[in-house]
Amino acid sequence: MSATGIGAAVRRKEDHRFITGKGHYTDDVSRPGQAAIYFIRSPHAHARINKIDTKATAGMPGVAAVFTGAQFAEDKLGGLICGWAVFSKDGSPMKAAPHPALAVGKANHVGDAVAVVIADTLAQAKDAAEKVVIDYEVLPAVVDPAKAAARGAPLIHEAAPNNTIYNWHLGDADATNAAIKNARHVTTLEFINNRLIPNAMEPRAALAEYDAGSGHLTLWNTSQNPHVARLVIAAFVGMAPEHKLRVIAPDVGGGFGSKIFIYPEEVVCLWAARKIGRPVKWTAERSESFVTDAHGRDHVSKAQIAFDADGKITALKVHTTANLGAYMSTFSSAVPTFLYAPLLSGQYDIPHIYCEVDAVYTNTVPVDAYRGAGRPEATFVVERLVEVGARELGVDPAELRRKNFVKSFPYQTAVASLYDAGDYNASLQKALQIHDYKGFGKRKRESERHGKLRGIGFATYIEACGVAPSALVGQLGAGVGLWESAEVRVNPTGSVEILTGSHAHGQGHETTFAQLVADRLGIPIEQVSIVHGDTDKVQFGMGTYGSRSGAVGMSAIAKALDKVEAKAKKIAAHLLEAAEADIVFKDGKFTVAGTDKSAAFGEVALGAYVAHKFPTSEIEPGLKEGAFYDPTNFTFPAGCHICEVEIDPDTGETAIVGWTAVDDFGVIINPMIVEGQVHGGVAQGVGQALLEHTVYDDKGQLITGSYMDYAMPRADNLPSFKVDTTVTKCPSNPLGIKGCGEAGAIAAPAAVMNAITNALGTEAIDMPATPQAVWAVLQKFGKAARAA
Amino acid sequence: MAAVALTVNGKSVIADVDPRTLLVQLLREHLRLTGTHVGCDTSQCGACVVHIDGKAVKSCTVLAVQLEGADVLTIEGVAGDGPLHPMQEAFREHHGLQCGYCTPGMIMTAIDIVRRKGRDLDERTIREELEGNICRCTGYHNIVKAIAAGARAMPASAAAKAAE
Repeated sequence: MSATGIGAAVRRKEDHRFITGKGHYTDDVSRPGQAAIYFIRSPHAHARINKIDTKATAGMPGVAAVFTGAQFAEDKLGGLICGWAVFSKDGSPMKAAPHPALAVGKANHVGDAVAVVIADTLAQAKDAAEKVVIDYEVLPAVVDPAKAAARGAPLIHEAAPNNTIYNWHLGDADATNAAIKNARHVTTLEFINNRLIPNAMEPRAALAEYDAGSGHLTLWNTSQNPHVARLVIAAFVGMAPEHKLRVIAPDVGGGFGSKIFIYPEEVVCLWAARKIGRPVKWTAERSESFVTDAHGRDHVSKAQIAFDADGKITALKVHTTANLGAYMSTFSSAVPTFLYAPLLSGQYDIPHIYCEVDAVYTNTVPVDAYRGAGRPEATFVVERLVEVGARELGVDPAELRRKNFVKSFPYQTAVASLYDAGDYNASLQKALQIHDYKGFGKRKRESERHGKLRGIGFATYIEACGVAPSALVGQLGAGVGLWESAEVRVNPTGSVEILTGSHAHGQGHETTFAQLVADRLGIPIEQVSIVHGDTDKVQFGMGTYGSRSGAVGMSAIAKALDKVEAKAKKIAAHLLEAAEADIVFKDGKFTVAGTDKSAAFGEVALGAYVAHKFPTSEIEPGLKEGAFYDPTNFTFPAGCHICEVEIDPDTGETAIVGWTAVDDFGVIINPMIVEGQVHGGVAQGVGQALLEHTVYDDKGQLITGSYMDYAMPRADNLPSFKVDTTVTKCPSNPLGIKGCGEAGAIAAPAAVMNAITNALGTEAIDMPATPQAVWAVLQKFGKAARAA
Repeated sequence: MAAVALTVNGKSVIADVDPRTLLVQLLREHLRLTGTHVGCDTSQCGACVVHIDGKAVKSCTVLAVQLEGADVLTIEGVAGDGPLHPMQEAFREHHGLQCGYCTPGMIMTAIDIVRRKGRDLDERTIREELEGNICRCTGYHNIVKAIAAGARAMPASAAAKAAE
């Protein structure tokens, strides 16, 4: 392994601009003549919009235009879409209601945009917005999905009776029910997987510019997938033909899924920029993000796990109600179905599984993928059931897991997933050892001596990422393929540019992708640059989410590098006057086998462009190759996280006093970056388990509407982490990579809640286990719980 | 409109602003110093931290017109045209950033922690001192390591006299 090759902890090339304040985020961009746009949003969760009176804005300083939803609708553009068709048990399609970019006739959640004011400055736009008078007729709102699906609930969309989007299922109901009936022991639990607000630190932003001379539109946007945004806005919204729309996603400050989706704001900015002939710029204020960014999770589940007399799991059954909010966001239908249920076997051999999911509209912000997207929800179900099962059976939770692990691969689960390769016991044993599991009893007694409650919890998770084989997801209802693209451009002077369809918003691609290239071509890493995020530069790409940029994005680069190597060998053969079959490429040099005749990569690159020394009727000049890579399977990272907590019974405060993560991500390109992804994912999972709570009142007001009330994890809420790995190569892509971006967020909530319930001696607590919630449980269960 | 004269990164600035203008807006929009970021609207996230007269201040919570005669240092001024500050180097060396959005505020806060608490910072102190800076990407593990290392590498003159 070289200092800059695969497996090296190379320090990041992109850091220089970030540590010196020279990053280039969307809000940093300013265009001549630009105007600021302010979105007027419904303060009501459910209301008819009877009249919007904008008269008082006429002549106000700096105001360029005021537009209502009705005016936007006159131009007959398409609405926003959900791109994944899911069908109910009875075969009927999901009930996808229209989603106009600006609401017309009815507002369906607090934050739903109804009109816009455009002015020279944002302050002027806000001043004018205050003068817009809107006559709302407030309607009863419903925020709880069970209530929304019940008879008599206020109807949100005509297209969805009982506010129900679909009733979906996966697995074998009869076999599962029979196995549960015949089980020796059945553990039953009800869970809430709490609604989260992604809160990437950079708020969403859009800057749209129209060139009247050419008819071209340009959009700077905080997108994780600029080409997908361009495709949807061109083909579905109908804003402009695809080739007349450029989307640029420059530096993006975090996404976590929330910046995948195509939102009303960028659509309206594009439309307005063309209408008024000036660039139009929008940046969310944080409390605006709270009511516009897609929220995450929000499942209510009831689940059962069945064991035989030997503690072997025989069945798992779960019913989930998924709250999708007021509109179906871009990916939303797939998250509680295809990204959730196929993971319900966990790391275990479970012969019978059945899952039902009811997805419901409510008068809340739309819900869609957020780090983990369905897999944290699945892991929470499985790992809580197994841990509580162990407690009820009186068996050590690590041993119960080990007994039930899948041990032979490939393994066909009862929920469609085909696990390719893994060694779950290897990660478990390594984690137990690193964590000093054996010493827990002693640590617990020490805590008790200080009046504290100590608990330990496991999460042995598996997830499916590296999305995804295109034909397979097509069969499941996806409207797109999930391949990735790469173009390798070798320059005459031997430097290399990689144009990748992946996008980086913190993952360090400018470094890790360059490591792959430097390693393969044997050139200095300084000679490699990575280009991404601009639809004028990269022809097409599916973007970054679902932990795919290593497994799929880098595999596309590897394929293109194969082609570069093949062509370069042909050219080298001519330069070295040898047969192509005798050319060996190693460590950046082309050598004639068995001789010391060689040419460096740079020489061959120059030779390709000078094109003097080879027959250009047979070999085209130049050295530039592209590839599209379609994965053959999902990848299946898996691992073991162990959380140890200490609870202060007087305050209810939980301190995490130890965290061990041993993950199998397959081949690792840069261990420093992989560890960083685990740290960040765990922090978000801890946030879900301990702190983050999205609260709506029964009128649909978002009570937790800013950082004043929504608790983000801070440095003193978290410990330092012990992170290690085991490796089983991924068999389904050329690099053996499984992907690591979401694993921490997938494992952590279950590990934390298993630890807390272990400390408290009761299962009767939901996330977030805030000090108030923990304290209340201790008051209720008191000494009885603590004695357990 | 109101006038204000101040120094930013060693350069004299005279600005005529809407009195509602926050310092962070003056920096980002008027002076095009976009390294200081806005991450929230309730003064909690710390992405906007700069130094005013040598002390860390959240620039989203200060009106530009309050700064007559003040000396403001932003992330762009920390190294200027010269070599990187040890704290900046430490963030890169220890992978203390991912998306980079919170990073300028983290670095400005970190330099101020050293000024107030000295160069020998333990983990607990650093974590407590970061209460006003939110990061969503890193989980703080490497930020804590970076700050400890950056502090050790700073010259003695940067740190307050050690607490008794």
